[in-house]
Amino acid sequence: MWAYIVRRCAVGLALLLALTLVTFALFFASPVDPARFACGKNCSEQQRDQARKALGYDKPVYEQWGNFVKGVVVGRDFPADPELRAAAPEVVTHCEAPCLGYSHLNARTVNELVKDAAPVSISLAVVALVMWLIGGVLFGILAAVTKGSFMDRGIVGLTLVAYAFPTFFIAVFFLKYLAVKWQVMPYPAYTSIEEGGIAAWMLNLLMPSFTLALVFMAGYVRMTRAFVLESMTEDYIRTARAKGLQGRKVLFKHGLRAALTPLVTMVGLDFAALLAGAIITESVFAYPGLGLLTVQASAAYDLPTIIGVVILAGSFVILANIIVDISYAFIDPRVRLG
Amino acid sequence: MTTGTELESHFIATDLGPEAPEDRKVASKSPTQLALARFRKDKLSMVSFVIVVFYFLAALAAPFLVQAGVLNPFTTHDELLDANTLPLGGFGGISWDHPLGVEPGVGRDVLSRVWYGITFSLAISLSATLLAVIIGVVAGIVSGASGGWIDAIIGRIIDLTLAFPQTLMLLALSSVALAFITEVLGVPAGDPARALYVIVVLGLFGWTGVARIVRGQVLSLREREFVHAAQLLGASKMRLYFREILPNLWAPILVTFTLIMPAFVSAEAALAYLGVSIHPPTPTLGNILRDSLSYAQNDFVYFFSPAFLIAVIVVSFNLLGDGVRDALDPKGHQ
Repeated sequence: MWAYIVRRCAVGLALLLALTLVTFALFFASPVDPARFACGKNCSEQQRDQARKALGYDKPVYEQWGNFVKGVVVGRDFPADPELRAAAPEVVTHCEAPCLGYSHLNARTVNELVKDAAPVSISLAVVALVMWLIGGVLFGILAAVTKGSFMDRGIVGLTLVAYAFPTFFIAVFFLKYLAVKWQVMPYPAYTSIEEGGIAAWMLNLLMPSFTLALVFMAGYVRMTRAFVLESMTEDYIRTARAKGLQGRKVLFKHGLRAALTPLVTMVGLDFAALLAGAIITESVFAYPGLGLLTVQASAAYDLPTIIGVVILAGSFVILANIIVDISYAFIDPRVRLG
Repeated sequence: MTTGTELESHFIATDLGPEAPEDRKVASKSPTQLALARFRKDKLSMVSFVIVVFYFLAALAAPFLVQAGVLNPFTTHDELLDANTLPLGGFGGISWDHPLGVEPGVGRDVLSRVWYGITFSLAISLSATLLAVIIGVVAGIVSGASGGWIDAIIGRIIDLTLAFPQTLMLLALSSVALAFITEVLGVPAGDPARALYVIVVLGLFGWTGVARIVRGQVLSLREREFVHAAQLLGASKMRLYFREILPNLWAPILVTFTLIMPAFVSAEAALAYLGVSIHPPTPTLGNILRDSLSYAQNDFVYFFSPAFLIAVIVVSFNLLGDGVRDALDPKGHQ
């Protein structure tokens, strides 16, 4: 088991390294000069050169990549150029490990930007996860036990329709109708737990999280339904029935248990992807999370921030994959550790 | 599902085999015919199929109707708008000439715009789906059939592709990639470059699912006799992959195709919201919906029409995909 965990982590680490390399290659292989954007529109040739040096864009890509990886491991100082640092020691910003970069436009390290935005995205992801898990699994079971009935079709159909409408349509519909026109819900604006307490935090998260949960609900309903139906045809279920166990007990104690294991994979990966920010939901509701941060960063071509968030998001997914694989080996004794 | 009788007749027909007397015609059905029969019996799938065909016909007809002047997605009608540039009359200015009303702001005909928008939305998502399926099939066949280190490398590339946050990459790469497409590849700037970008990036990030499914199928196919036979006869790898193995994969390819397509219709809409896809005045369902957001409260017909059309095609394609899968694979999914 330990050998498996170590091997899995080593592969994850290699993937992470490849992820940073590909990201750098993608963003720097373009004919667009990133320094042109880094110092704004009315930028003289001299200022541009300075920005290029400060960000380290004058170095070849592999060297920049090396500096980035080094920064992630041990931290680094900005401006990137040692001469500039020596010339003006008062503007040197230290970025602690794991350093994701320095946003010239915001004059802050990417770590600080991420630290501000992450709680919003995490809150949104957690509340949405709870909603779609409870909704998806409950409705999935309900659809499975009433298979073929009007109820079953209604549940599967309605969740599919909710998934089919574009997220930003549903979000704007909720905002403009529920919050503005009919005023049945307060207009949501992110409030942290420290500011307004748990109740205000929760109330403001209801609408955006529900919007987000609708995207995933359909998939979880269908998966749960299919897994429950499949596991209910197993021999041990028939045995449980034959020995006179109540129908409800058979379903929840024996059927559901086997059905829910495959859901672990889905939950882990979907949640990890959401942690890096729900781009559309956050931009419609103007929630200052990682999604909105990246939207603003790509509009301004704030390359360091974009790269930082892409790599952060990628590492969440890689980490979630490792956790899912390892927990699978624990949950399901049939998994071969090949 | 009541496929028992069909299956029996199939088995009887093959059991009789060569001894069957020539005059006793036993109707033997090929697996394809059986699948088609199952599909036809499934009402929901048939309805979805009809809707999908209808969408494609509408998409094909739109450019001709625009040329003939029946659809008029670009002409503005200031005279139909009030002082706040909202359409005159109820329900977004619905009238005989404008069955879905006119657009607030400039007063273009909404029906013409959404109809022509279907053409561009479907063209983009269909091209992206084709690209994703082609990459996925080639990668899956090569990976499954050759095994060893090639298989391992393709597996790692899939892991890496899945690690990238998709929407974020699509958004973040757009300025870099658009510059590359126009300056290096020489594609005209504006809509052609943006459309190409959306197609390529959706394709490049969307092939992993296809590759995994195809690889799984190929793993069992490569142990079959006809593949060994072809190998013994000295068939080249290209022949083995694409002439021997590929024709046996059409069922999983068709299923993944019908399930990727709706996801890409949604993706195009999401990208249009983020301003990455084709820009107005050229309509796509996504960019019409994006424009309609600012009138969400005052003009519900305009707000709802593009969203509804997207939802209908996404639902239909998903149901069609399920139906195709059930028809081709009668064992699973009751």
